[in-house]
Formats: sequence, structure tokens, C-alpha cells
Amino acid sequence: MSLAKSPWIIHVNCNSCNGCDIEVVACLTPLYDAERFGVLNIGTPKQADIMVVTGSINYKNVNVLKNIYNQIPDPKVVLAVGACASTGGIFHNCYNVIGGVDQVIPVDAYVPGCCPRPEAILDGVVAALSILENKKKGNIKGKEVPLKGNEVPSNA
Amino acid sequence: MTTIIPFGPQHPVLPEPVSLKLELDNDVVVGVLPSLGYVHRGLEKFIDTKDYNQTTYICERICGICSALHGITYTKSVEKLFNAEVPERAEYIRVIVGELNRVHSHLLWLGLFADGFGFESLFYECWKYRESVLDVLERITGNRVIHSISKVGGVSRDLTKEHIDMILKMLDTLEPQIKDIEKVFVNNYTVKKRTVGLATMSKQLAYEAGTAGPTLRGSGNAIDVRETEDWDIYRDLGFKTVVEKDGDCYSRTKVRVKELYESIKLIRNAISKLPNGEITTPIKGFPTGEAIMRTEQPRGEVVYYVKGNGTKNLERLKIRTPTFANIPSLLLTLPGVKLADVPIVVLTIDPCISCTER
Ligand code: SF4
Repeated sequence: MSLAKSPWIIHVNCNSCNGCDIEVVACLTPLYDAERFGVLNIGTPKQADIMVVTGSINYKNVNVLKNIYNQIPDPKVVLAVGACASTGGIFHNCYNVIGGVDQVIPVDAYVPGCCPRPEAILDGVVAALSILENKKKGNIKGKEVPLKGNEVPSNA
Repeated sequence: MTTIIPFGPQHPVLPEPVSLKLELDNDVVVGVLPSLGYVHRGLEKFIDTKDYNQTTYICERICGICSALHGITYTKSVEKLFNAEVPERAEYIRVIVGELNRVHSHLLWLGLFADGFGFESLFYECWKYRESVLDVLERITGNRVIHSISKVGGVSRDLTKEHIDMILKMLDTLEPQIKDIEKVFVNNYTVKKRTVGLATMSKQLAYEAGTAGPTLRGSGNAIDVRETEDWDIYRDLGFKTVVEKDGDCYSRTKVRVKELYESIKLIRNAISKLPNGEITTPIKGFPTGEAIMRTEQPRGEVVYYVKGNGTKNLERLKIRTPTFANIPSLLLTLPGVKLADVPIVVLTIDPCISCTER
């Protein structure tokens, strides 16, 4: 139970236009105050439980994302915030965009919107809490994502 | 012997993937090598597949923080291709939304800057005040961050009487709040200790390095596109360029704080002079020719170059964003700075990586 009372999040900006990022940060500030759920924004992946990803992936940052994911200890939950992180969003046809985050790492919850309102992001975080708790009970581990090259997923 | 340490792309202080390779001698920086491309999406190519009206929405998503001004600059440059006369009311609404955008962007930056040297309560204070601006923007445009107010030929929404009352009421409460945080940024011992004399750039150097925006004006160059460019409205509204002469992190901060008052003044003047009439003019046909438009974004001057070829898609869209102009100044100012101060110096150019890399 204790884990869901104080989950620490790490915010990863992949290929985002900053719109989603400033809304994620706005969630942590006094008006929306994610800290009332015990959420603390932390800089290092090694102490984080929930990974909040904004923006799609491209050929340069895909390994950064995988690396951060691999460093988070189990149990871990990934929350994709915004249209970009979920599917590639408005940029899904750009030549340098591979697609949504779920093409390379497993995603547990999605927050739709471009950009989503802070209330929606908080909703996503709260949904992530119960997933986190279930993963802990079932001892479910995230699988290690191989860092090999920048290969394009088959459905991209 | 020197050590090389990576700064970013994932860094606790900066929400964006800024990536620098720092060459250190003990804890003093001697060399910097920036690395770009973590947020490159390829938008200038992407517009090939969109018509010139849809491109407005792409341009707004170049950067979420200055999105209104990206949209406005793009639509104004396309209007130049059509030689279109935009109704005055639309131009005034653009200025009002653009300046509200600048207020929210500067408050956001002041907060992040305070966070950069660990002044958490000041960070929360700035972001708390910023929310009132976002509430107003949401009321008048329909969204908190991506506003989509400007479209080719005018604006998409009109300002009603209630909107205007709401803006004025918000400004009346915001101004004393800004005075409160200004006191801290200008007088506080801790803030001064961390910023005064740090990463100084002389007037000449800032000009020659081609910097833009508050970075340029913080070094004593009175250059602001709002005053110099052919978008006359700003001159009618009594805009005055803000300059500080010291060229260090402290004066760059002061420029941004003072620009908040300037923007508030502009919004008030624009509202008092707001003309009646239409908000759009019909645009027919497809764009041909070339045009350049420059406007002043929160981070500095942005340049849009558009080229049409008589079809519904633009042939070329080229954008020079302010952060792209400001990154070279980091290479000049960072050597000699202690590692602990690097985040502060990087933050004072107000880096917007998603603008730069598009
Ligand atoms: S979902 Fe929209 S607001 Fe969020 S990063 Fe993508 S384009 Fe920007």
C-alpha cells in the first residue's frame, strides 16, 4: 500500500512541442498540486516509480528513452501524456518521427489531448497509481528493452 | 588534465533535452560542445503535405510556450503573399493574445529560473500567478496552451465585453503580484549571489554573436522587433524597448521582469483603442511569391520566410528561431563558469529546444 501513497515520478521529454511539458509541470504547482497524492517529481530514474513521457520518439532520442526506462527499478508504470506520446499525434507523418512511445517501451496508461488539461494528466497519474499497486502485488516486472540500433518498428 | 562530462539530454533542472558536452578543469568549464537533434521532427518538410491553412496549426505546435506568436507570425507572412489587408480589430486581438502569451511565458521562465538555483517557493509563486493568465487565455481562445487564435486573413474568435472585463480584472490583480516577485528577483541576497556578474557578455559581444531577445537587450543593445519592424501597431500602442546594460544573468532576469510591465501596458492600451468591425477578411486563391516576417517572441526575434508556388501547398517554409541565435552565446559565456552554475547560465538564454530543432 505504501508505494501508491508516495509514488515518485520522472518526467521525460522526448519529441514534444513543450505544450505537454508545461502542463505536466503545471500539475506539480500549487493550483493543481499533484503533491497531495504524494507525487514527487524526481530527476533521476533510479528513484522513480512512474515515468511520465511527453512527445513522440525520433531516431535520435529513442535510445535515450529506452535507457531511462531500463534504469527505473521494478515495479514501474509508464504514462504517455498527450497525442504525440500516444500515437505520434499531429507529427505522426514527419520523416523523423517513429511514432508513439509504445512502439519501443510498454505503456500502461494514455492521456489523450493536444495538449491535455492538467486535470486529465492528474487523472492519468491516479490511474497509474492503482496499476503500480497491482504490479507490486503480482510482482510483475518490466522487461529490459534492448538498446540495439535505431531500428524502425515493423508497423512504423 | 580535463574531464568531459555530459550535461543532458535528460537533466533534472531543464525539462527539455538540452545536450551539452562540458569540458571541465576541476570544476570550471573550459569548453562546451552543444549537440542538437533530440527534438527534431522535420516540420519544415512536413508542410509539403499540408495546405497553407493547415500549416497554421503545425506552426503553433513548433513550440507550446510561444505558440500564439508562432501562429501569428506565420499567418502574417502568408497574408503578405496575398497582399491582404487584415481588419484592424483582428490585428489588435492578435497583439492582445500575443502579449498575454508573453506574460505567461516570462512568468514560466522566471519560475523555472528560480527552480534552477533551488528557490522552490519562488518557483511555485511564479507558476501560481501564471495560472490566472492561462485562465484568461482559455476563456478567450478555448485552450490553455495551444491557442489557435490567428488564422490566415484574421482571427478565429472575437473578444466580447466579458472577455475584456476579465482581462482587465486579471491585469489589475496580476500587477501587484508581479511587483511582489520582482522584489525578490531584484533585491534578494540569494538571487543576487547566484546571478550578479555571472556569464557576462559585453554589448559588442552580444551583438556580434548574433543573440536575440532578452539576451541581447540584457547587454545594453536596444533592439526589439516590436519597435523596429513594420507591424505598426506596437508603435501606436506606445511600446518602449526594455534594456539593461550589465550583460550578466542578473540583468537578463531584470529585462524579463520589466518586460512583464511593458506587456501589461500594451494589453491595456490595445484594449482601450480596440476598434470595432470585422475580424476576418476573405482570402481567395493560392499563394505565390516570397515573403519574410519578423516578430518578437518571448525569447527574441523570430524570422519566417515563406515561398508559394501557386498551389495550395507552400513550396518552402523557413524559420529562424530565437534560441538558435542564442545558443552561440553559451559557447562564449560558459567557459570560466563553475559546473554548479551551468544550469543557471543555460537557463538565462531561455532555451526552447523544440523551437530550435523543429
Ligand atoms: S500532444 Fe500536442 S501539445 Fe503535446 S507535445 Fe504533441 S503537439 Fe505538443
